[in-house]
Amino acid sequence: MNIIVCVKQVIDPEAPPSIFKIDAATNKAEMRGVPPVIDPYGEFAIEAALKVKEAKGGKITVISLGAKLSREVVKKPLAMGADELILLDDEAYIDGDSWSTATALAAAIRKNGEYDLILCGREASDTNAGQTGPGIAEILGLPCVTLARKIDVADGSARVERVTSDGYDVIEVSTPAIITISNEIGEPRYPTIKGIMTAKKIEPVIWKPADISIDASKVGAAGNRTRVNKLFQPVYEGKCEFAEGDSAEEAAANLALKMREAKIL
Amino acid sequence: MAENKGIAVYCEVKDDKMLPIAAEGLGIGRKLADELGQELAAVLVGSNIGNLAQQAIAHGADRAYVVDDTLLKDYQADAYVNVMEKVIGQIAPQVLIMGQNDCGRDLAPRLAFRLGVAVTMDCVDLAIDPASKRLLQTKPVYGGNAQAVFTSETNPQMVTIRTKAMTALEPDASRKGEITSIAADLQASDIRTRILDKVVEEVAGIKIEDAEVVVAGGRGIGSGEGFQQLEELAKMLKGAVGASRPPCDNNWVPDTIQVGLTGKIIAPELYFAIAISGSSQHMSGCSGSKTIVAINKDAEANIFRQARFGVVGDWKKVLPAFNEKVKELLAS
Repeated sequence: MNIIVCVKQVIDPEAPPSIFKIDAATNKAEMRGVPPVIDPYGEFAIEAALKVKEAKGGKITVISLGAKLSREVVKKPLAMGADELILLDDEAYIDGDSWSTATALAAAIRKNGEYDLILCGREASDTNAGQTGPGIAEILGLPCVTLARKIDVADGSARVERVTSDGYDVIEVSTPAIITISNEIGEPRYPTIKGIMTAKKIEPVIWKPADISIDASKVGAAGNRTRVNKLFQPVYEGKCEFAEGDSAEEAAANLALKMREAKIL
Repeated sequence: MAENKGIAVYCEVKDDKMLPIAAEGLGIGRKLADELGQELAAVLVGSNIGNLAQQAIAHGADRAYVVDDTLLKDYQADAYVNVMEKVIGQIAPQVLIMGQNDCGRDLAPRLAFRLGVAVTMDCVDLAIDPASKRLLQTKPVYGGNAQAVFTSETNPQMVTIRTKAMTALEPDASRKGEITSIAADLQASDIRTRILDKVVEEVAGIKIEDAEVVVAGGRGIGSGEGFQQLEELAKMLKGAVGASRPPCDNNWVPDTIQVGLTGKIIAPELYFAIAISGSSQHMSGCSGSKTIVAINKDAEANIFRQARFGVVGDWKKVLPAFNEKVKELLAS
């Protein structure tokens, strides 16, 4: 089994909302003072790949795209148990939308050679779009199942449980295929000490646009088909009316009374 | 690019009904079409759905395109992408609106790439830019910490809309519109997936997306047993129980009641957030609620920024007393 996993370095989505800041001049967001992380949705995809590898054997190749990627961050999937790492690391790749990002990732996947499964997170925690996986599927002409919570691989096909709003569908898909992974797959494992040591020794392969036979005008911001006009933080009025009392019980009763007064109860 | 014209709305059909999200898409589509002085087209895809086209017209469409084929009985991406590629090629709209739900999440990006465009997913606001006449597409990003306004550089300008973010029109059965049938031209071999089973995880009582009152609990509830007290309140108010992600990840409650960006997006009249800190990703799922009431022991919790009423305290003490008082008030 050759498994490709696409993961992304992002600003830490678990950091408290109070340190989330937007630079209005550049339309860029940051978590002030908190280092970047591997996208948590991408970690679910790594976890799914490791489960498949445990069941069927094989090799997991991780691909990340960006510029000046932190080696410490992007090596985490290796520490979790992935085998190889390809970095599309170049200024040319940055500020891309889903179109130019999927275009670059698809070109890298093609260059890398044979694959049976390509896994992505259900969406990225920064763009919350969920477009890259299905986009790669279209570019490479592959079938795609999104929002997986379980994958069982057989010869030439995979049986996927796809999360739906009222349960799940069981879908059989021919392979090679793209599958995007939802959080219901289960908590990603922690890297082991041994894994961290192994990851240290693995040198990532770095590909510039020319290495994946793609013109620099097709990747990053230059290749975009959508444009961000404005990025802003919604403002909440923060007019919460607190019910108080000498005890929790009294406060609770006062809450009910306040709600009755406002005709909400 | 010049020849693309009009607004098209993909009207999803499930169990022989047009989904509410389709009516919401037609509602905003009608508004945008009127602003541009252009036509609104509805696209319906499925099996045995002929009678639903008139419903789309009643909800605001000027015309409806129907693709009816037994191979389209259940949603399968390969079939639907092929069919939609053909239909959209024929209509050549300037704007294509779909729903951000089970099907739209899967279909919209595939279709977009097939058409050579990128889609803006999960929009909460759509407007026409007065100067360029292009579509301004507002969507939450960074798990709801921020919103971004996108424009498309290509046509059709494609979006999915968040559930309940747009308003449907009152249906007008007397509205007239042209209905056009389009052949699916599908072969069974085009479809590289097979649905082996559809598993519905039954939830007792009212479905969370239909409930006017939702009583939701977070990590602080601590166990599945803890949720029974929430159920008691939900029952009294004829509502449903919900949860943020941690209780679902810990298997205290089923995944199907998760409220948030990766769960259900709901907009009830009344939303109780109990021991929920109010992460942006959770708020994405409930910020459309008319009234949010929060119980949390941390006075600085984010949830209080969007709550109308709140109590700072341990829910284990507050909730039983609150339930008691509610019971008393409802009886009086």
